[in-house]
Amino acid sequence: MNDVATPMAVLTAANYKSGYKPIWCPGCGDFTVLSAITKALASLQLPPHEVAVVSGIGCSSRIPAYTTCYGFHGVHGRALAAATGLKVARPDLTVLVTGGDGDGYSIGGNHFMHACRRNVDLTYIVMDNHVYGMTKGQASPTTEPDWDNKLSPGGTGVRSFHPLVIALASGASFVARAFSGDPNGMADIVAQGMRHPGFSFIEVLSPCVTFRPEQREWKNHVHAAPVGPTDDAARAARRIMTDDGFNIGVLYAGDRAPYPANPGTATRELADFEAEFEL
Amino acid sequence: MSAGPRTLSEFMAQALAMEREAVERYTEFADAMEMHNNRDVAALFRTMAQYEGKHASQIMDQMGWTHAPDPPAGGFGWPDPEAPETAPFDAVHYLMQPWHALQLALAAEQRAEAFFGELAQATTSESVRRAALELQAEEHEHVELVRAWLEKVPMPDGDWATDPDPPRYLD
Repeated sequence: MNDVATPMAVLTAANYKSGYKPIWCPGCGDFTVLSAITKALASLQLPPHEVAVVSGIGCSSRIPAYTTCYGFHGVHGRALAAATGLKVARPDLTVLVTGGDGDGYSIGGNHFMHACRRNVDLTYIVMDNHVYGMTKGQASPTTEPDWDNKLSPGGTGVRSFHPLVIALASGASFVARAFSGDPNGMADIVAQGMRHPGFSFIEVLSPCVTFRPEQREWKNHVHAAPVGPTDDAARAARRIMTDDGFNIGVLYAGDRAPYPANPGTATRELADFEAEFEL
Repeated sequence: MSAGPRTLSEFMAQALAMEREAVERYTEFADAMEMHNNRDVAALFRTMAQYEGKHASQIMDQMGWTHAPDPPAGGFGWPDPEAPETAPFDAVHYLMQPWHALQLALAAEQRAEAFFGELAQATTSESVRRAALELQAEEHEHVELVRAWLEKVPMPDGDWATDPDPPRYLD
């Protein structure tokens, strides 16, 4: 054997896409989110076997199957719980969590807050379209109170959930907003989130062209955040509370230490765990 | 538009990125249409992806590249979030017809032609200007090809998007 190093193949976004074709509606924003995630992974040159994508239930939660990374398509709202366990047990993996607003903010709302609070090194990408698309268009936590449709005539009348503020108040150490109509910009934000140590929360405005066709207009409303990220949570909170909901970019990047502080490496054998559970 | 490419190599990297983004988007569209059993349009988007892929390969061969150069820090500075030849991700419908797909392609080629034309005017590099004019001429040929293709497909009826079993009820 000679000592000439074999040049490493350069990974491209295509290396992270599986052979499964997405079943999303044509025009869905989730297509470009998938594209942005694969571009971000390529930009970081992370081998697919060192990445896990974990999701719950919903249109956007199908993403793990469309990647060549390890994937776990879990139960509704529990993606963050599964991902937290995975990351703590396998700190060597880069763990992405994907889902939608219904999965993440309603059924999984409590997990969302506590994942932010724990600050485990995860990157949570929520494709927010303000509707439950998979189940045919019910109002979700981020739906506007006056969104009138057949299932909620006159609107729900319920104030919308504000995920970025909740994330910030709960302790997420990286908070950003992206838009699916800018997959290159989103890829950069996702890569920043993956590089950030701790819980990174990325809210993606991802139009549902079937149940919220008016969201096609979002592309005319989004704009780059006028200022860069701050590490001052109070300042970030003021900005997020007072912006128009279409500011795109990294809005907060703190330096709180992730949990666990010293992850070390997973050295325990399966038999060790089994021994703990012996009766 | 940003300051733009300063060298031929930078310019061709930009042109390559444009073609590759177009391949990716057309492939996404083709996959989506196949999933929704709209086979004619799927085949058309697949063909578009192949054409753009050939253009990308030509650039790679011309420059002697084995893999795409890294994008410059801060991106390529497209006038819009995506490259000019990339069709908007939300401009498709599961019941769309070949005429709609060709309209998307026509608009994309026209944007590409305009982009190269503006770049040729703005650059101070003679090699970049020559290459940009060459690519502008190529894109113009594509515009004419798509226009000719459009004449061979029927224009859709006004109710082309009517679905007897729609996913969304409006009543």
